[in-house]
Amino acid sequence: MTDAKPQGIDRRAFVTLGVGSGAAALLAACGWDGGRLLRPGLLDIGRVNDWVGEKILFSPTRLARTYSTAERSAMLPSYFISTMTPMLDDPAAWRLRVDGLVAHPFDLSLDDLMRMPRQSYTVKHHCVEGWSAIATWHGVPVSAIAERCRPLKAARYINFVSFDADYSNGWDMASAMHPQTILAYGMNDNPLPAAHGAPLRLYSPTKLGYKLTKYLVSMTFTDTRPGGYWEDQGYPWFGGI
Amino acid sequence: MEPPFVRRHHWIVRLTHWTTVIVLAGMIASGLQIYEAYAKFGNRGGPYFVSPFDGAQFPHWSRLGGWLAGALNWHFALAWPLTTFGLLYLGYLVQSGEWRALLFRPRDVPGTLEMAKYYLHLRKDHPPQGKHNPLQKLAYTGVIVLGALAVLTGFAIYKPTQLSWLTALFGGFQAARYWHFWIVWMFVGFTIMHVILVFAVDPASLRAMLTGLYRGRFPSHD
Repeated sequence: MTDAKPQGIDRRAFVTLGVGSGAAALLAACGWDGGRLLRPGLLDIGRVNDWVGEKILFSPTRLARTYSTAERSAMLPSYFISTMTPMLDDPAAWRLRVDGLVAHPFDLSLDDLMRMPRQSYTVKHHCVEGWSAIATWHGVPVSAIAERCRPLKAARYINFVSFDADYSNGWDMASAMHPQTILAYGMNDNPLPAAHGAPLRLYSPTKLGYKLTKYLVSMTFTDTRPGGYWEDQGYPWFGGI
Repeated sequence: MEPPFVRRHHWIVRLTHWTTVIVLAGMIASGLQIYEAYAKFGNRGGPYFVSPFDGAQFPHWSRLGGWLAGALNWHFALAWPLTTFGLLYLGYLVQSGEWRALLFRPRDVPGTLEMAKYYLHLRKDHPPQGKHNPLQKLAYTGVIVLGALAVLTGFAIYKPTQLSWLTALFGGFQAARYWHFWIVWMFVGFTIMHVILVFAVDPASLRAMLTGLYRGRFPSHD
């Protein structure tokens, strides 16, 4: 093996190491989200990860595992943004508005939705926080809505909007058209409870819970990517699992 | 007369070693912040996996990201260099043939026991060794397996619907979270032992990992 004289390199390498690990320790020390310097870069990498999730890992046909009703979890936590459970003053007057880049915009009442093809499944719910719970959901596939409103070619996204403060979620078309993505009006064989988004919420076992808009009032087809309540604050936009 | 320096670590090994130190520290720190959002394992309503860290919050200095979204963005960004440098390192091991000096094989078992005896003071002299002794081979092979498991359990948690086969392989979503979390403590345990042994047994190996050149107790190369 070769002889060599490493004196200078040695010290330089040591300093580099010291600076490197010092910097690492410093970021860890302040609960840092990247600040003005790095946070934009981290969000850019997040967009790359969204792209990988949407274009490579997501399958428009692969179905999430379903469970038997006996496997339902004893509880499933619920979240909303408003200070109190969002409730309609006049539930009978509620309509779902379907509009945007579609051939036939329309309003649907809860009765209209219940007369459409019904889908039920028992699946595992995954929260971004790390918890999971099994529940049964009943509703209309979003693809059945699309068949009736006939989205234009230019429509690439859907913006789902709620009456819970300013909560909304932008979705990619492929996830919305997944056979298990539904507008749910029922949960565990009962009407959808107020805590879980009554009268109507979005549900899909292909997305994290924060993408599943509750308290729906409208879905708008669009050609520009809509943000969302949590997405605009830094949570991954795609949120697919 | 001091013995001459021998070339020990290729620049790829040194680069991937030190970048992994920094990236893994970031992965663990952001992981501890993510953990805080739901600090137990099991579907809601139970049963829950047994864990001494149930409901635990780790100290502020150990967490990276500030809140869940910030930590997730760090974690998913650092996952790229972690896997890239990991694959670069594995590729180098295979291409150079250095895996032979590192991979723990059944024939290393007797030597492992002798090394264990030495560390437990049941044997006075350090058993003769090549580049790595059998106990080191066991530790280094183990930590590579650990790294692979960290990445695989990570994907199992990241895409439990699209990669449901992988999630099922680890026993489901919550079980995969559980293993992903325990792997952290195995990494931490490995690192503590690794650093102690470097300083206690062969401090010259630290210089070798920095400069590539080694002049110390175990100059032979196999």
